[in-house]
Amino acid sequence: MSQSYDRGTVESFGRWREFSAGMWAWIFHKLTGWILVGYLFTHIAVLSTAIGVDPGSAAVADGTDFYTSTLQGLEELLIVRFLEVGLLAVAVFHIMNGIRLLFVDLGIGLTSQDKSFYASLVLTGAITVASIPTFLAGVL
Amino acid sequence: MAEHYSSFNRGTWRWFLQRVTAVFLIGALAFHFVMLHFVNHAASITFAGTEARMGGILYFTLMMTFLVTAAFHGINGVYNALVNMGLKGTQKKAVAAILVVAGIALIVQGTRVAIAMSPMF
Repeated sequence: MSQSYDRGTVESFGRWREFSAGMWAWIFHKLTGWILVGYLFTHIAVLSTAIGVDPGSAAVADGTDFYTSTLQGLEELLIVRFLEVGLLAVAVFHIMNGIRLLFVDLGIGLTSQDKSFYASLVLTGAITVASIPTFLAGVL
Repeated sequence: MAEHYSSFNRGTWRWFLQRVTAVFLIGALAFHFVMLHFVNHAASITFAGTEARMGGILYFTLMMTFLVTAAFHGINGVYNALVNMGLKGTQKKAVAAILVVAGIALIVQGTRVAIAMSPMF
């Protein structure tokens, strides 16, 4: 049998000093989830520039079509590259903590759920830092 | 006795689908990032390159499944977060309706994008 756990209202950030590792994991998972779903809508909007591009046109052949020029134009902006690093960090944390949550739901490793949260943070940090050279290539 | 920390109502089809899509998305999102930022650098993406990738039935099917599962997982996640914050009654029904419409719109537009990118259509 499982028991429900009353977290109170998480939005009462005034009591943040009382938050445990599991509470922080829940808040970060929720925050990164909001960012990812918001990005999903933005991503589809940007990729919509592919609609109407004629695959056989000269513009596609020389890479000046609307889709290619939009994506490459965005990639020339340094702020976009930094936002991509941020997006990777958000996605990696959501994936790592998501794996942790699947194990929690299966009842596996409950006693070390705080340690697995810290591991999620460390792995997210390591993968994000390691990816920075790739993400910033060509603009710095 | 084990406590579980899920904010979802266990035993519902949405609870189950949220986890099934999560398992798929772990692989799909990681693959998407590696494919479009490390194997192919985002700054080098062209319509011709995108079209070549989307011409493969396996890649196209993966991207379409990615779209639908991500839309469900995200929209359902937002709904659960709002319900968890205390959404009730008519407001809850209105938010559910808006989110369903937004999710369908996202999938329709994403499908239009996928078709525009693929030489199969």
